[in-house]
Amino acid sequence: MRYGMVIDTRRCVGCMDCVVACKTENNVPEGYCRDWITETTTGEFPTLRHEIRTERCNHCAHPPCVHCCPTGASHVHERGGVVLVTPEECIGCKACLAACPYDARFVHPDGYASKCTFCIHRVEQGLEPACVSVCPTRCMHFGDLDDPQSEVSRLLAANRAHSLLPEAGTQPSIYYIN
Amino acid sequence: MTETVIHRSNPGIDPHFHVWGWEVPIYLFLGGLVAGLMVIAGARLLLMRPNQRQAMVCCTIGPLAGLALLSLGMLALFLDLEHKLYVWRLYLTFEITSPMSWGSWILLAVYPALLANALVHLPETLPSVARRIPILTTISDFMLARPRIIILTGLANVLLGIGLGIYTGILLGALGARPLWNSAVLGPLFLFSGLSSAAAFLHGILVVSMPDDERPAFADFLISTVTGWTKARPLDTRLAPALAQADNSFLTIEFALIGLFFIGHLTSTAVHQQAIGLLLNGPYAAVFWVFVVGLGILLPLILQHFELLHRIRHTLAPALLVLGGGLALRFIIVAAGQASHWSSLASH
Repeated sequence: MRYGMVIDTRRCVGCMDCVVACKTENNVPEGYCRDWITETTTGEFPTLRHEIRTERCNHCAHPPCVHCCPTGASHVHERGGVVLVTPEECIGCKACLAACPYDARFVHPDGYASKCTFCIHRVEQGLEPACVSVCPTRCMHFGDLDDPQSEVSRLLAANRAHSLLPEAGTQPSIYYIN
Repeated sequence: MTETVIHRSNPGIDPHFHVWGWEVPIYLFLGGLVAGLMVIAGARLLLMRPNQRQAMVCCTIGPLAGLALLSLGMLALFLDLEHKLYVWRLYLTFEITSPMSWGSWILLAVYPALLANALVHLPETLPSVARRIPILTTISDFMLARPRIIILTGLANVLLGIGLGIYTGILLGALGARPLWNSAVLGPLFLFSGLSSAAAFLHGILVVSMPDDERPAFADFLISTVTGWTKARPLDTRLAPALAQADNSFLTIEFALIGLFFIGHLTSTAVHQQAIGLLLNGPYAAVFWVFVVGLGILLPLILQHFELLHRIRHTLAPALLVLGGGLALRFIIVAAGQASHWSSLASH
């Protein structure tokens, strides 16, 4: 089992509902965010292309943040390959922040590294991550990438999708349909 | 054309990634310096003849200074931690893929190795201290009577020193998300920078120990401060040329490794080429070429060359320049590395 997300950028309007839902669900401190909106414009006028994406930790299959952690605080959860941090084991050395090519982590005001958890506490209860559950355009889809019958696998099979910085070799678990 | 706007403002991450301040470069510099002191002390212990007074500065004063400098470096690292009360967690596990975990365990072994090296000749170097603490003489006599212990101590210092020196570079080199650091050359580069700093440090100690008429006037205060309370035996300053020669060799290798570091990046991916541009013609280029290469390597190389040719006196200047260059190298590499990023040329 490998949890992942497929995000349809054709539907995302950058409303930031996902950001607010995450902050509320996970008590993310003021001034910080675990997920965010990125807008990319490519091409030359007049053939410009604009993409709006909701981004977060990519829960990589080869997570450099886990490999560099000296205490084992950063680890891969036994269910679904979700990358998590145990605050009580983190010393705040910030190596994981430097190791993440997506800049998805930050230091919580209490001193430990923090990031998206795919709302594993909700997923284990059979619920969707908070960001997915509130998306008004239903552009976000969550499920098991290893299950060919899952919604995310079917979306990936039927659409052209890309991941972020595939050249970094981290094998992200989040894909963007464009 | 690609224009990216990120609606995120996490402290330390946005608008520019900068999570490591002065503490980490200080730690890396002091770690490298201590690594160099260990290698020189260990090698000297293995190669010297019995009762060779020239060993004092390398085998006793170097390791003793190393203990203090390493503690300072560890303090800097501790200050950098955001979750300080949990620092003991480092020693509840060994993470084989984490250079920082390797480093924390290596540092545990470094202290006893340095102490053992210092104790071998401590009574003859610091007789006043040995008189006050008789057990130091007992330990020294015990070790000197057993050649195997001397060999083991020397080997442990050389091997741990090499490990510690390389670790300070690998610590950054293993973080692939920062393309500037992503080079295997960084380990040897920091090792040889540490060796040159250590040779310069010991050379500087010998210069301030020279007789009144030979040493620079500004060293008088240092000498009276350092030797006043320890009442050390006068050091044999005949080792100064050998240390200057060793320093020049280390500096030459360091210069060559900097060349390889640049070649490695320039022949790699576009992201790595852009990253090395920070040092080649970017915002860090001027400070790198002036303070690291010019003042930290080339000028001391020239000065020590003339010292060895007896054209000029041995002075503190090359030692201070080399130490300053080593410190600047760590500061610039840490800062420029954090400014380098994959996403600047990201594909979508």
